[in-house]
Amino acid sequence: MLTDTRPARQRTIPRYQRVPRWHRMDMKVSPYLYIAPFFVLFGVFGLFPLLYTGYVSLLGWRTDTAGSEHTFVGLANYGKLLHDQFFWNALKNTLAIGVISTGPQLLLALGLAHLLNYKLRGRTLFRMSVLVPNVTSVAAVTVIFVQLFGRDYGLINYVLGLFGVKHLDWQAGTWSSWIAISVIVTWRWTGYNALIYLAGMQAIPFELYESAALDGASRWRQFRSITIPMLRPTILFTVIVSTIGALQLFGEPLLFNQSQTPETGGSQHQFQVMAVYTYEMFLGNGKFGYGAAISWAMFLVIVVIVAINLTLARRLRGVEE
Amino acid sequence: MRTAFRRAAAVVGAGLVLAGPALAGCGKSGSPSSGSTGPVTLTVNLYGDFGYKPLYEKYRQTHPNVTIKENVTDFDTHHKNLQQHLVAGAGTADLEAIENGQVAGYQSQAAKFENFLDSGVEKSRWTDQKVRAASSPDGKVLFGVGTDIGGLALCYRSDLLKAAGLGDTPEAVGAKLKSWDDFVNLGHEFRAKTPDKNVKWYDAASNVFNAIVAQADKGLYDESGKVIVETNPAVKAAWDQTIKSIQDGESAGLAAFTPQWNTGFQKGGFATITCPSWMMAYIKDQAKETAGKWNIVTIPGTGGGNWGGSYLTVPKQGRNRAAAIELAKWLTAPEQQAELFKSKGNFPSDQNLWKTADITNYKDDFFGGAPVGKIFSESMLNLHYQPLGAHAGEIGNVIGNALVSVEQGKATPDDAWKKALADVKNLTG
Repeated sequence: MLTDTRPARQRTIPRYQRVPRWHRMDMKVSPYLYIAPFFVLFGVFGLFPLLYTGYVSLLGWRTDTAGSEHTFVGLANYGKLLHDQFFWNALKNTLAIGVISTGPQLLLALGLAHLLNYKLRGRTLFRMSVLVPNVTSVAAVTVIFVQLFGRDYGLINYVLGLFGVKHLDWQAGTWSSWIAISVIVTWRWTGYNALIYLAGMQAIPFELYESAALDGASRWRQFRSITIPMLRPTILFTVIVSTIGALQLFGEPLLFNQSQTPETGGSQHQFQVMAVYTYEMFLGNGKFGYGAAISWAMFLVIVVIVAINLTLARRLRGVEE
Repeated sequence: MRTAFRRAAAVVGAGLVLAGPALAGCGKSGSPSSGSTGPVTLTVNLYGDFGYKPLYEKYRQTHPNVTIKENVTDFDTHHKNLQQHLVAGAGTADLEAIENGQVAGYQSQAAKFENFLDSGVEKSRWTDQKVRAASSPDGKVLFGVGTDIGGLALCYRSDLLKAAGLGDTPEAVGAKLKSWDDFVNLGHEFRAKTPDKNVKWYDAASNVFNAIVAQADKGLYDESGKVIVETNPAVKAAWDQTIKSIQDGESAGLAAFTPQWNTGFQKGGFATITCPSWMMAYIKDQAKETAGKWNIVTIPGTGGGNWGGSYLTVPKQGRNRAAAIELAKWLTAPEQQAELFKSKGNFPSDQNLWKTADITNYKDDFFGGAPVGKIFSESMLNLHYQPLGAHAGEIGNVIGNALVSVEQGKATPDDAWKKALADVKNLTG
């Protein structure tokens, strides 16, 4: 009988077993640890608040009533929301500002990207500088635009005045305030979208343009028949991201209001968007339950609109293919 | 006091709102460390400049172990932060200021503040109004000690009135301003006679409206804490009177605490303004170059009414509550209140001071040497109790916004009133 009398340590172990246990653990666990920071942060600052807000939205919790933090009211807050003229007003304002800011913004971005795609001197500088408005803080940008849109001494009114237009009180009117806010949003996000388009454009094979040029297609024709169709997935992405951004609009309309009550969105709530209305109810008036319900309703509205967006986009693609 | 700063910070604050509850329960630390002589750092959260800086220096002479850190934010952000931090259970400063129109909103949370009655504060120092607004509903907890009070007067530009031939001395002007009808009528006359047609009679309709309502027996709330905006004839009457003056072209339409309003002080865009004593400091800040061009008279109507004024509170979540209570008591003691009136224009809420020669003899050169001490003392004696409720400040703002929409020409008076009522319902319902 043959017995291995060497000390256990010196025995030959099959290769697969030679990997130490901690190493195998490392192989299995490490990937999770690497992605953990995101999920931990998302859990703490994303998921938990989301769920907790959902829970709060079922309560009648408000600061002006002592002991109301534990009163369960079921879906009453949501029921109330359906008849709340201020909520519908906020939804209307959000959609309107969303449309008049997202549309021009994406068109401008497309044009800008097209220009940046040419061989220009100092191209990188131009490409980087379009991103500057986006990396500037929303507060700083809005404060400056509020000066520009000033009623009495604003630059924009001054220029309009040269053409004989009477001084506009931009905050006072419905359309004027919508346009002003849209301009701020457009200023901030056009460059960002342009860079995304630019990246998409650079992935388009050059040969397509070459052969089109040989066939005698003009620049405009090339843009329409090659660039746009090839960019479709990118365009779809920007449309969805911009739509979500527009529906969550908050800083610009809040800071655009110069009054003592910025959360009202104008003297008649003419530019009070959904997020600002949530803020007014939640913090301004201390109606935590109701504010949370608006917050969730806003979430649902975003989901619905993005779903419509996607369906339409799929359909469009289907038609052309 | 009520000062408006710009509010970029509000955005950041709002972003943290939803994370607030997650932090709840982290900050229940500290016990009142009474009579300690070890180094203590006290944080003081204020809205606007209360003029406390020199007083802190003075306090340190007798309390060398105390370091005081003051944080100033704007009115709106300050109160939202406080509310948020109280609910979250963490984040308040050792001392927190609360404004008069907001204070009743904290009554339901009185248990979250130190009770000043437990540390030997006498209620009798203040008027019933000032005490009740900062007490729990049963009156057993006094959670705020009064700093200044916003008794009303009327500030006017004597040079502009003189130019319109309406006389410039307080005697001459005061004699023409007995009632609010007088005020509106004199405004009409002023507009007709003023050589510079760009000068309006008053700054903002909301300031006139608030002054008229502040003088009524009951304003926005009744005794039981119910909102009576819709049913109280005094409110509608004040609205109608204010609307009449807007339609007459008397309002400059400069919404209070906006940059345009501030510019209005500098450019002389209006001849009169509702003037609680803290407004004197605001005017001096905004328009230094108008020194000597102003004067003050008794407010039309009952000669009373209140706008603003503040309290200091000590939230229970603070770490150095005993030291904080001591500082709050010291800052609101009669000597300091009297000093702040003379240095800053904030009229003392301590009613015993109203009779002292130190206060009543005080005159202010910026306002043409007007006997401001006497005027505000008399205004305080005309002040009577008016029930306040949780949302008094917000309701005032809602109606103010409705008046702004009329001033902007964006709404008819009827629509604006209806909208204001709907807003009030939404606020309280």
